[in-house]
Amino acid sequence: MTKFLRLPRLSWRFVPVWQRNYLVWKKLAIPAILGNLADPMLYMLGLGYGLGSLLPDVGGMPYLTFLAAGTVAYSTMNAATFEVLYSSFSRMHVQRTWDAIMNAPLTLDDVLLGELSWAVAKSLLSGLAILAVIWGLGLYGNFWMTLWIIPVVALVGFCFGGMGLVMNALSPSYDFFLYYFTLVITPMVLLCGVFFPVSQLPLPVQAVSAWLPLTHAIDLARPLVVGNMPGDIALHVAGLLIYGSLGYVIALALTRRRLLK
Amino acid sequence: MLKARGLTKRYGDTEVVRGLDLNVRRGECFGLLGPNGAGKTTTLRLLLGLIEPDGGSIELAGIAVPQHAREARMKVGVVPQMDNLDPDFSVRENLLAYGRYFGMEKAAIAARVPELLEFAGLASKADAPISQLSGGMKRRLTLARALVHDPDILFLDEPTTGLDPQARHLIWQGLRRLIADGKTIVLTTHFMEEAERLTDRLAILDHGRKVAEGAPRALIESHIEPAVVEVYGEGLEGWMRDYASQVCQRFETVGETLFCYTDNAERVIDALKQAPTLRYLHRPSNLEDVFLKLTGRDLRD
Repeated sequence: MTKFLRLPRLSWRFVPVWQRNYLVWKKLAIPAILGNLADPMLYMLGLGYGLGSLLPDVGGMPYLTFLAAGTVAYSTMNAATFEVLYSSFSRMHVQRTWDAIMNAPLTLDDVLLGELSWAVAKSLLSGLAILAVIWGLGLYGNFWMTLWIIPVVALVGFCFGGMGLVMNALSPSYDFFLYYFTLVITPMVLLCGVFFPVSQLPLPVQAVSAWLPLTHAIDLARPLVVGNMPGDIALHVAGLLIYGSLGYVIALALTRRRLLK
Repeated sequence: MLKARGLTKRYGDTEVVRGLDLNVRRGECFGLLGPNGAGKTTTLRLLLGLIEPDGGSIELAGIAVPQHAREARMKVGVVPQMDNLDPDFSVRENLLAYGRYFGMEKAAIAARVPELLEFAGLASKADAPISQLSGGMKRRLTLARALVHDPDILFLDEPTTGLDPQARHLIWQGLRRLIADGKTIVLTTHFMEEAERLTDRLAILDHGRKVAEGAPRALIESHIEPAVVEVYGEGLEGWMRDYASQVCQRFETVGETLFCYTDNAERVIDALKQAPTLRYLHRPSNLEDVFLKLTGRDLRD
């Protein structure tokens, strides 16, 4: 394993990989957008209005606003995760697209960076759609402040894209990804304040939650929706960057072991 | 054009490639032959700089590999053993997308596409999805894809495995065109006919080592008797006992057939008249006989 671990050598050659994925996506853009975006919006609006009408303010804001801020982070995470799990796995393992690309002057570093940057693009799309709903329904405190959500969304995409690539590198088949969802993604959704404030959790669980990447994402996104400057910006940004970068480097070593031994 | 010295690759305790020396000249078609597991594909992956050797040096198109593999791969086209065309793209889009990986401008690739489609005999299928292509068409498209950046040297890993004879001849025809155009070609195969037809020189690999190298005809002349009589049928054992060692320079049995290697086939055929129940086939020896002599007849799995 150690002989496969080394610092990535980044180059602009990743761009055609990104472009390849974009051109394929463009062919089926309309159903893809509907499929990817309608789901989190339905949840947000259904629970926001349905459950929200029964609830007093949550975390100092109407429940729909609370949920909208959580959904920005949550749907961004899901978009990146699905992309680097199922879609990247198809390209790597099933279609052997990566093998073909690596016969050209691209390295695995470029291919994974292309996949990661594509996951960021899909996250942006997903985050922007939720943001559009937030704007449309006037769920924000300060419009200009909500623009900061756009880079946050990209950062969240980077974080979960990098993490998901590790799973991709380890997976023998599509079924394997279910473990990741059951053991990592779903608990994170419940522990990081998407549907209810973290303060409702027992203290030891709150301590765990503080270390999770989705918590960093929500701690940045929620104040920006409401119109406040988030606290500990450097910490949250660093947290997301570290999770994503470590994921990318580890995924690179594991994928190298898988494909290039 | 391609030089390798003392190339070595180990997986755990097994040496898959052991001290291999190769030298392919510009404009030459060079064959790598060997049974399954001889190290052909590993050698190609080493030469492309996809995996790192445990020993030895490689120079590809004048560039050191794996140190500068990226630059070297700019000058190489690859036809892999398993088809990996992009199923999300049409025939034309496959060529366009592949050219971009080499950093080509869209217009430059688009200008080459008609020529490549004509070469592959796929002009009428330009907008067809990959799933509609036959096995032979896919191979031809993979070959055209490998040419998109006009490489100097072409690597083909078993280019005709799994194709029917018609499709195989079309690939051979394409390869001969490329050889005539002055491309350097390195191909692995276990079809002896393919090697005899296409290659100027070839190396036979076994267990990661080179066991012979030369032009196909020269290999046949230097390694084996000029004629083979294959004998089979009722009474083979008796005939073998009484005559084989007298009339054959060398013989071996595989299953129910005796292969008798000789430079005097008349003598063998005379001796066969003593056993009218036997059937036989008299033919000039070929590359397959050399291959089997050098690598043995054991099944490799």
